[in-house]
Order: sequence, then C-alpha cells, then structure tokens
Amino acid sequence: MLIRKPGDLGPEDITPRTVYLNRRKFLASAPAAFLTARELLSPRGRAVAASKLSPVAKSPFSTTEPITGPDVVTHYNNFYEFGTSKDEPARNAQNFRTSPWTVSVEGDVAKPRKFSLDEILKLAPLEERIYRHRCVEGWSIVVPWIGYSLSALLNLVQPTAKAKYVAFESDWDLRQMPLARPDTAGIGFPYVEGLRLDEAMHPLALLCVGMYGETLPPQDGAPVRLVVPWKYGFKSAKSLVKIKLVSSQPPTTWNMASAREYGFYSNVNPEVDHPRWSQAKEQRLPSFFKNHPTQMFNGYANQVAGLYSGMDLRKYY
Amino acid sequence: MFKSRWTKIVVFLLCLAPFGHLVAVALAYVLQPDLTGVVWRVLVPSLPPNPLDFFTHLTGNWTLRLIVITLTITPLRKLLGIPDLIRFRRMIGLFAFFYGCLHLLTYLWFDKLFDFHEIWKDVAKRPFITAGFTAFVLMLPLALTSTKGWIRRLGGKRWQRLHRLIYATAVAGVIHYYWLVKSDIRLPVLYAALVAALLLYRAVSSILRRARRNVTMAKPAPAET
Repeated sequence: MLIRKPGDLGPEDITPRTVYLNRRKFLASAPAAFLTARELLSPRGRAVAASKLSPVAKSPFSTTEPITGPDVVTHYNNFYEFGTSKDEPARNAQNFRTSPWTVSVEGDVAKPRKFSLDEILKLAPLEERIYRHRCVEGWSIVVPWIGYSLSALLNLVQPTAKAKYVAFESDWDLRQMPLARPDTAGIGFPYVEGLRLDEAMHPLALLCVGMYGETLPPQDGAPVRLVVPWKYGFKSAKSLVKIKLVSSQPPTTWNMASAREYGFYSNVNPEVDHPRWSQAKEQRLPSFFKNHPTQMFNGYANQVAGLYSGMDLRKYY
Repeated sequence: MFKSRWTKIVVFLLCLAPFGHLVAVALAYVLQPDLTGVVWRVLVPSLPPNPLDFFTHLTGNWTLRLIVITLTITPLRKLLGIPDLIRFRRMIGLFAFFYGCLHLLTYLWFDKLFDFHEIWKDVAKRPFITAGFTAFVLMLPLALTSTKGWIRRLGGKRWQRLHRLIYATAVAGVIHYYWLVKSDIRLPVLYAALVAALLLYRAVSSILRRARRNVTMAKPAPAET
C-alpha cells in the first residue's frame, strides 16, 4: 500500500476538482424546470447530491480493521435535529440544503473569518482516514472519513494566548429541522460541543467533509463536521456553522442534558461505566453481539494518552 | 361476533405477527439471501442496521403494548358492554410474557453473551435493568397459574388477587422504559399515562363498588318513621 504523505501532493491536487466542477456544471446548466418551487423560493440554497471527492491521500492514522458498510453508517444515525430515533435522519435529512454554507471561525483568534465550504475544501489536502467510531450507547463502526486535521484551519486563524478551549456549534434551522425542538427531543439546540485547545490541535482531530470517497450525506453531518476518534461519537458535532476559540470550558449539549451521564471529556474508556451500562464491551455493527472489547481511548491511546497525563479519568469522564 | 372461534385465531395471529417479523429479519441476517427478491422484499423491506437494537426494541415494545392491552380488557368489557372480550385476555397476557421472555433472552444472549457475573452486576447496579427484571419476574407466577386448573386450585378470589400483580408489572415496565431512554421521553410518558388511566379506572370502580355495597348493606332494615 502506497502511503502518500500530504507533502507529496502537487498544487493541482489540492482542489477537489470534481466538487467545484459539479457545482459549476449545476449553476451553468440547471434549467429552472429542475428546481422545485421550494428550492426556487428558498433563500437558504439547495440540497446537494453526493459527489466524488478526489484526489484523496491515504493516511498513516488509518486502521486496517474491516470497514463498516455504508448502508449501516447512513441508516443508523444519532442526529436529533432530524429526529430522535436512529432511522429518522436518513429519511428526514434528505433535502437538507448545504449550499451555500459558511463556517464562522471567531473568538480569541488574531484573524477571525468566515469560510465558505469551497474554501474549507481547498484549505488543506484531503486525506482518507479510516477511524474507529465508538458511540456512548455501546456500538461502534469503522468509517473511511475524508478531511484533514482541524489544526490546519485553527492555525489559519491564529488562536491568541487567551484561547484555551474550542467551542463548536451545529446548524439549527427549524424550517429545515422541524423536529429540532428542545421540548420534544429533550436536548437543547443548537447542538454545541467543545474540546480543549490541545485536543482540538491534535492531528487525529479531523475536520471532516466526506466519507466513502464522497461528500458527506446529510444524515452524517453534511457538509462539514468534526470527528474526534478517541472520544464518544456525540463529541463529533455535525453540520458545523461556528467554531469559536474561548478562554473557559464551553457548555456542551449532552452534558447540559445530563451531566452525570455525559462528561465534557467523554474519552472512550472501558473502565469508566456509563451510569446505565458498562462500557467494557461494544457491538461492532452489524454484528448481533456486544462482544467486541472496548479499547482505552478507542485504541488511540498511543497518540492521545499524553493529553491527559496526571488527570483522574474517573473524575473527568 | 366475539364469541366465534375465528376471532380467537385472528387475535392469536395478530399477536404472533411481530414474532414473525423478528424471525424473518433473523433469517435475513443468517442466510444473507438476495433481499431484492419478491418474498424478501415483503418480509424484510430493509435490514435493520443494528440487529441487537432491533430485537430489543421490537420485543420490549410488544411486551409493553400487550400488557397495556390486557389492562384495557376489563374497562372495555364494562364500558362497551362486551363481556366476551374476556376470551382474549389470557392469550394476550401470555403473549406479553412470551415477548418479555424474548426481550430478556435478547439481553442475556446478544448483549451479555450469558456472562452471568456481568448480568448480576447489571441487575443489581443499574436501576433501569432492575426495574425491567422486576417486571419480568412478577409476570412469572401469572404465566404459571394461567391455566383453568390453577384457577380452580387457587380459587377465583385468590387467583384474582394474585393476578393483580400485573399492575405492578405494568408500572415497573413503564419505569424501565422511562429510565432507559436518553432524552426524548414522549413515548414512555404516553405509556405512563395509559397505565395510570387504566389503574385509576380500577381504583375508582373499586371505591364505587364498595360504596354501593355499603349502601345496600345499610338499606335492608327500613328506617323507622
């Protein structure tokens, strides 16, 4: 297997050409007849069909474990903006409009700015990273994500000395997400998450724009999401609209919903049980059985354990 | 209409249908057939991504639904004046027990792989499992004494008193459900409201019955003028 380092890529490789070509083609040729009335009337833009992302370099961070089938990964989603049961997002998110899209990066940074999705796609060479993904509920999948280290984006805006944490905010658009109501879903919106700055700067922390060779499907967090493979899945916020560098620990959605069950850190840890179930084992989908041993930091201990040296992981769960 | 033998068969098949669905999905997983074939497309329109979740939810949901249905039979008989509905109660109750067994088996086998040390820790430590386990255990004597022979042996009154345990099962089942959901509590609250209404009906009708009995006991001696 040829492992290309990001440095091997030429400048012509940096822009995922098919992505912008497709967009151009669409803009140039889409006759009005193809647009539904809703799309024409909507000021928010349009849903985007999945398109190939290439070229994509392989990553040394990838696991060699068998990849979970895309059917599972696209039909078993916790994405409460589109419904609280796992089969709902695949149905309810299909018309989610992800173009135009901007991510505002702000707070304690020298150069705050808004990034368009095109800018995000071109900001660093895209890599495929095959990561284990462990849900706090006890199931896990192996996904070939596409993106690059979040640090590439954070370095561009230059965090100031005051910045100690990074707060993430997902899109919340009730017109497109009529189910995203705190009184029914039982969690607050918009969905917010957070990392310590050193966690966010860790090369494993991925700013993700695709999976399985294509752009992200809406139910998996299109058009851009976070993937933090050594933490439980809910830390990896989807459909990001804001990234804010802050000086103190930011509030996080599940922690606000139930602090006893979902800590700020939420590192995958087989020794620290969830109050309602053991975390020692996991179910590697689509297996029937919960018989796969859970690894410390989801198997990324060699890379990330140093971030937590001296910390009591039972206290900071 | 509720007297016909056929209605009993229809109710039996309706209660069995979720199990049929479960078997079809299990076969689809094990045999890995071409799911685009006509038969499979009808039986298993889509393969659930998480079989453990699917079995757990299907069996758990049907246990609770059937418990609620058995509890509605008495009120319906009285309110709608259809005493024949009693013919279905035992069958529905036994089906609730059947799905409860499958629910427990899913947990013991798929979730815990019969690791009884871990299972015992779970039952003792985790309130939602304690509640679910309690609900199941309380159903055991009811299933065992569901036959005509046992009604005779215990005597109608005592049998009836024993079978009021189903109220406790229903309450424990709802608590189990409420405690296990992550944040969206709408369904558990709906079940809680249903069970509360059905138990309230019984409380009120028992109070009324007692009051009426007191009145009739006081009546016989006509008041002197």
